[in-house]
Amino acid sequence: MSITLTINGQGRAVEVAPGETLLELLRRAGCKSVKLGCDTGDCGTCAVLLNGRAVNACMLLAVACDGCSVTTVEGLEVEGRLHDLQSASLDSGGVQCGFCTPGMIMAAVDLLSRNPHPTDEEIRAGLAGNLCRCTGYVKQIAAVRMAHAEVDDHD
Amino acid sequence: MTDTPRNVVGLNERKVDGYSLVTGKPVFAGDVDFPDCLHVKFLYSPHAHARITAIATHRAEALPGVAVVLTHENTPLRRFTTAGQGYPEPSPYDARMFDTKVRFVGDRVAAVAAKSPSIAARAVQLIDVQYEALPAVLSIDEAVAAGAPVIHDETDATGVRDPSRNIVAEVLVEVGDPETGLAESAAVVETVCETPYAQHTPLEPHVVQSYLDNDQRLVLLTSTQVPFHVRRIVARLLDLPIARVRVIKPRVGGGFGVKQEVLLEDVAALVTLRTERPVRVELTRPEEFYASRTRHPMRVGVKLGADTDGRLGAVSMEAISNTGAYGTHGLTVLSNAGSKTLPLYNKAPHVRFDGKAVYTNLPVGGAYRGYGATQGYFALETAMDELAEQLGIDPVDLRLRNHIRAGETSPIFEEIGEGRKGVEQTIGSCALEECLRVGADRIGWRAKRGLRRRDGSWAHGVGMSIHMQGSGIPAIDMGAATIKMNDDGSFNLLVGATDLGTGSDTILGQIAAEVLGVPLEKMIVYSSDTDMTPFDVGAYASSTTYVSGNAVRRAAESTRRQILEVAAAMLSSDASHLRLADEQVIAPNGRTVDLADVCLRAFYGTDQLQIGATASYVGDQSPPPFLASFAEVAVETETGRIKVVDYVAAVDCGVAIHPHAAAGQVEGAIANGIGYALTEEMTFSPHGRIRNPSFFDYKIPAAPDLPDIDVILVDSYEPTGPMGAKSIAEIGINAPIPTIANAVHDAIGVRLKATPFTPERVLRALRVLGAPNG
Repeated sequence: MSITLTINGQGRAVEVAPGETLLELLRRAGCKSVKLGCDTGDCGTCAVLLNGRAVNACMLLAVACDGCSVTTVEGLEVEGRLHDLQSASLDSGGVQCGFCTPGMIMAAVDLLSRNPHPTDEEIRAGLAGNLCRCTGYVKQIAAVRMAHAEVDDHD
Repeated sequence: MTDTPRNVVGLNERKVDGYSLVTGKPVFAGDVDFPDCLHVKFLYSPHAHARITAIATHRAEALPGVAVVLTHENTPLRRFTTAGQGYPEPSPYDARMFDTKVRFVGDRVAAVAAKSPSIAARAVQLIDVQYEALPAVLSIDEAVAAGAPVIHDETDATGVRDPSRNIVAEVLVEVGDPETGLAESAAVVETVCETPYAQHTPLEPHVVQSYLDNDQRLVLLTSTQVPFHVRRIVARLLDLPIARVRVIKPRVGGGFGVKQEVLLEDVAALVTLRTERPVRVELTRPEEFYASRTRHPMRVGVKLGADTDGRLGAVSMEAISNTGAYGTHGLTVLSNAGSKTLPLYNKAPHVRFDGKAVYTNLPVGGAYRGYGATQGYFALETAMDELAEQLGIDPVDLRLRNHIRAGETSPIFEEIGEGRKGVEQTIGSCALEECLRVGADRIGWRAKRGLRRRDGSWAHGVGMSIHMQGSGIPAIDMGAATIKMNDDGSFNLLVGATDLGTGSDTILGQIAAEVLGVPLEKMIVYSSDTDMTPFDVGAYASSTTYVSGNAVRRAAESTRRQILEVAAAMLSSDASHLRLADEQVIAPNGRTVDLADVCLRAFYGTDQLQIGATASYVGDQSPPPFLASFAEVAVETETGRIKVVDYVAAVDCGVAIHPHAAAGQVEGAIANGIGYALTEEMTFSPHGRIRNPSFFDYKIPAAPDLPDIDVILVDSYEPTGPMGAKSIAEIGINAPIPTIANAVHDAIGVRLKATPFTPERVLRALRVLGAPNG
């Protein structure tokens, strides 16, 4: 069947197969930042924003996203300028293998949109659904801290 | 060299692959879509131990969309090892692509390639297999019991110590007279510690894509730590000339040792060769648990003998390792349990290591960060804590009295190598004393130790341990680098070294940029493509910074000499008087020439040449990094729950080429080690089937589960390292188990001897102690 949805600001009409997940649809649509790490909603490597809120794309059927707006990490860079969380992830050293990075950044975008000044504990809770095996989370938490300081600078 | 100001080395540069990673570019092996691609699914053994008496594939082959079904009846039967090690591999050749016998639940029986993953999965169900079930061996004790079923009864396996007794490998080393040494010691402690099956869980599961290029050569795009070993092993297994195989490693989503295996490339390659179509093989998360590789479970016993001042006279370690159904890394992981731990206490004149690795009908052990040292240190550093307790000496002081120093050696370096004798070496750099001082200060050791502070139902304690590892395998691991200069003053750096997320492309670029006097953005780094880059053994054994880094340094120095020679003609000066800095060559009289102009002259002027060089490095040493680890834990005595409240790791990795990357290696390793200490264990049914093959049931640490791990990089300089650097990737993972165990003892007085330290185990230990448990 056919659905329409907005992916990173672009409206699209897409044929979806029964049982196809949002993860599969997004990868098929070229958003390769959306990673398949577990397929059970446990690891967060497929986290995207659905109507502004972070979700695990492996846990949603594509048909259920008819009419929705989806943002992936591919949609964060604007006119060649990285999103603050992308820059902060690079400058804090929070990127090691980078496989969890897109999902981690999307979870952090969601967190900062709900809570622009999170405490460290709130950052940890906000990233709780995103597993990383490389970093121990130290520098990813630092990246969120750095990014919300940036937001303050822009204000 | 030590006081030369540095322009690139030591800076927290943005990773050279950072932009593509934070913007989600399709840079991983699974991110490319090949047209007309086949997808592979496997049929796995439901039995822990069985013979295949019949296999019928016609129903699967008849399913529309199925291209090929592979079984032992139509694939090469030559035995090999999946261990991606140097040649000849020190692991036994005891596996086949598909065998007539299955040896664990999850062993490969058949593979189906079809035009979609779902068709392949359906076809797998249509394969009819008849098994003759055999009695299974599901523990170390069962494996070595008299009359145990023989797991490898085939006659064509090679490199197995004694298949009739399920023994893969044995190592016995004695220095001095350990028995007498122990008998004559004023204080003796003896401890036995056990560690279970655990999985690496890189967030990216294994994935390989293969295709034929326009010249009918086989290309493997694969998430591997060892591209050159993949090429060699696949070529040999499938009887292909190495020249017909190209292995490309793009970005890899973590490895930790589990991608030092040739697990899927053989199948992808064979299907592509048979069908001439692109093939994609990827593991699901459950398959990653039961069908890839694991940490070798071990039981390690340590006996220490010391005088009343705590000076060690004898150290004896006995280790028995469960290598699972195949012997991959069996001998070498076992050896490292001794070789990476015992030299730390080199003052003891009497040392013994007695190890065995045995087969069982359980999942297959492999390389896993720490590589045996993790298991060895649990017992060694627990025993040291017990010795300190027995003698009434502070555990930090006990370490200070006994640990190895710069200028010293240990007979173990020479006695235990990687499947052969090791290499004699003298420690060139060791800042462990400083690490102990800094770490103890930061955690508040003197103030907190022995307090038994309670906070409601939580009891607090602090514990510590010390560690060493290595920097590559001396006299075996070789890395090479090629540098070529471009006519804008930039350089291509081509390395065989394999960045699996560690940042090695970046730090190798920094080393080259430093030598060549250019900023990092002038280095175009390309790695791990067997057609395009020189050889490197790959990313394992903490080798890249030290071994590959030294190769890069040499290639850059050679390139630099050529630049100065060309510039000498341009500046009418002698090359020996010229300096290279800030993208210029500078003469003593102040005249300069830009690097871009040097290369333009080299390309288009007179005596034209390509400025550049290839260099190799093989270490005759493996300089150990050192680590002093401290933790504060809180133990809830009513529930047995352990919380790690604070963690400090003070590390000597020589000069940190990229401090964030170096600290990041330790932070990640500590986090993984905390998981292994507290929650991670693969559990099995009585029939050997894994019970928890998912992130839901196999708990790895998430952000709220961890403290803010504080890594302190202590100043040090390794004279043989590139720019004074040593490798750092593995050491951190060894620390949390003994550190937390010792902290728990400080908090509640119980000794935990088996990981993970679950609430059940803590409560049980409290009950044995008779302490109040709420």
